[in-house]
Amino acid sequence: MTAPFVPSFRRTGVYLDHNATAPLKPEVKAAMGQAMDLVGNPSSVHAFGRSARRAVEEARAAVAALVGVKPAQVLFTGSGTEANNFALRGFPGHRLLTSAIEHESVLAAQPDTERFGVSRDGVADLDDLERRLAGSDAPALVSLMLVNNETGVIQPVTDAARIAHARGALVHCDAVQAAGRLPLSPSDLGVDLMTLSAHKLGGPTGVGALILAEGLEPDALIRGGGQERRKRAGTENLLGIVGFGAAARLARDGLAETADLATLRDRLEREALTAMPRARVMGAGAARVANTSCLMLPGLPGETQVMTLDLAGVAVSAGSACSSGKVKPSHVLAAMGEDDRSAASAIRISLGWTSDDEAVDRFLTAWIAMARRSAPVDG
Amino acid sequence: MNSLGLSKRPQDTRVVVAMSGGVDSSVTAAVLREEGYDVVGITLQLYDHGLALQKPGACCAGQDIYDARQVADRIGIPHYVLDYEGRFSQDVMDDFADSYLRGETPIPCVRCNQRVKFRDLLSTARDLGADALATGHYVRRIAGPQGAELHRAVDPAKDQSYFLFTTTREQLEFLRFPLGGLTKPETRALAERHGLEVAAKPDSQDICFVPNGNYAEVVAKLRPGSVEPGDIVHVDGRVLGRHKGVVHYTVGQRKGLGIGGIRGQEEEALYVVRLEPARRRVVVGPRRDLARSLVMVRDVNWLGPDLAPDLADSAGIEVSVKLRSAQPAAPALWRAGPDGTARVELLEAQHGIAPGQACVVYKGDRVLGGGWISGTAGGVAEGVEAGETAA
Repeated sequence: MTAPFVPSFRRTGVYLDHNATAPLKPEVKAAMGQAMDLVGNPSSVHAFGRSARRAVEEARAAVAALVGVKPAQVLFTGSGTEANNFALRGFPGHRLLTSAIEHESVLAAQPDTERFGVSRDGVADLDDLERRLAGSDAPALVSLMLVNNETGVIQPVTDAARIAHARGALVHCDAVQAAGRLPLSPSDLGVDLMTLSAHKLGGPTGVGALILAEGLEPDALIRGGGQERRKRAGTENLLGIVGFGAAARLARDGLAETADLATLRDRLEREALTAMPRARVMGAGAARVANTSCLMLPGLPGETQVMTLDLAGVAVSAGSACSSGKVKPSHVLAAMGEDDRSAASAIRISLGWTSDDEAVDRFLTAWIAMARRSAPVDG
Repeated sequence: MNSLGLSKRPQDTRVVVAMSGGVDSSVTAAVLREEGYDVVGITLQLYDHGLALQKPGACCAGQDIYDARQVADRIGIPHYVLDYEGRFSQDVMDDFADSYLRGETPIPCVRCNQRVKFRDLLSTARDLGADALATGHYVRRIAGPQGAELHRAVDPAKDQSYFLFTTTREQLEFLRFPLGGLTKPETRALAERHGLEVAAKPDSQDICFVPNGNYAEVVAKLRPGSVEPGDIVHVDGRVLGRHKGVVHYTVGQRKGLGIGGIRGQEEEALYVVRLEPARRRVVVGPRRDLARSLVMVRDVNWLGPDLAPDLADSAGIEVSVKLRSAQPAAPALWRAGPDGTARVELLEAQHGIAPGQACVVYKGDRVLGGGWISGTAGGVAEGVEAGETAA
């Protein structure tokens, strides 16, 4: 048989789904290519092992520098999801409180996690958090993301941390969507634990990190080896970690580019809303990161929009896709008070280092054509 | 005119193919792709296969989504999975359970075609800018002078027209059935030629969400507490035994009545003659008590030529009707009635006509329409026999 047919749009498509995963940056790819020649197991005593160890520790230092902590505070994990699980499962006996708009890996990490609400603009309701914390003296852990993955809305993590610490609670922050887009420092935010993921930064998939406040000792997540301070056993993902380090270095240098993304994103939203006044930008009233737009087109299911745009060669997403590729209505938009129909009719456009004016133009052309074809049902 | 009857080049014609992961819909997609159409595969997730009991050979399980995606990758088409669990549960499974509890014998596959595939999926296909929706059903769509006509498949063993009688004219204009002219072995040969791994996959036999063919168990799960025991009663009034719930029975059933050894007068075998859910009674009798020559139908869908109202009311039209999927069509007179009802007069009485099944109307190979059986009459016993709530 011949090789599978690759539709032309797959080769020339527009990628606007950086919040799902960012394309690997060339410098990261080069660094990983070099690391492929490393022979040893980082735990081995010999010279081969030591050179591999050095590569891991250089990457650790780069990740630490991205968020202004000491290298020893960085534990590598297999993903952001794993780091979130690590944080929420690392403190048995703690009452867990999270916002209703967290990633599934926070919401589902432990049973009986309490959720506090958000405003219509998708900002965590800290009065709700405070009331809930006041209700009990049990030790608690509060988890609040810094940037929501669907809306891009920046969460009041500093204030949440102050409130939580006043009640003696630990604070975890899922900063996966913030890294590389906002200056990031656990100490400035006042959080005890922070989650990072390499592939949102232009690094590889399959590697994340949990940043720990000094002296904080969560329970081990995986046992059976001394790696990652005995808390996450298993031979290090050397290539992934080296790629993470390279991506972290670039992210630190590249924060200035986000202003350009804001210009692109704002134009995209302006022109979309001008063409289709019935469309809405979710979370528009709140502070957002520069790259993300959650665009609702009433009456047309988000999954249909994603498919239509995909067939036009434009990659965006809706809700959060599970492994089978099917799409569930967004729990984030539901928590913001949208009804099921509205919550199911939004798409997420997320820009990044590969995005330019042409990409935005192509999105707008395809999106406007789709919106005009769909009859306004309830908009 | 391209092979789908549209005046566009194939590459400019977008066709959504409903891909179940089985060999038929896979071949449908492969054939259209080979002809150069802009093919988009869509697989519906209809229920949580982790919750329903898994079994091979039935449609729509997790394995089937995987298979559909493999085929799409193999032939090089975009493929999407749509979550239709909510509407399937509401529009198909709930209806299935309620119909059984009314003493009927439902056909959920028809409901699924009617309310899920040809309504919601078809609407999504239109939203995607498609020119047509193709499925792997064995049935033929033939362009006629008054629009598209629905005809039986060439292969009588595979003909699925009985399950498609609710297709509306508007839907039929948009639908395509590329396999209607093929036999199953021909389809499998095409699957092999295209290198599809599903070439030897077994056909689905049962209703996809009913594992092991145990309908009663599924009804009990969907409507807890609704399956109640009662009496098995002879048509002559004698109580013969007990049953565990009317949902375990269907009209015309002979085996597994749970009254082993008891027979009628003259040592006749006993059959389920009717179900009386409100009184929780299963009524049994000899085969002659099953004979019916008049069938009442409701919710008629008409695909044939328009009938003059007076003709419909008085003389009726000569047709043949199929009252169960596995039975051959029998000659009958069709008299359209008010509000989507009709009376069907069978030239020869038939046995074991079950309310809830479909009465599908043919003229030769063409499907003229059909309706749901709401009641029967004209047998040995007088009066209309029906599920007690049936109109």
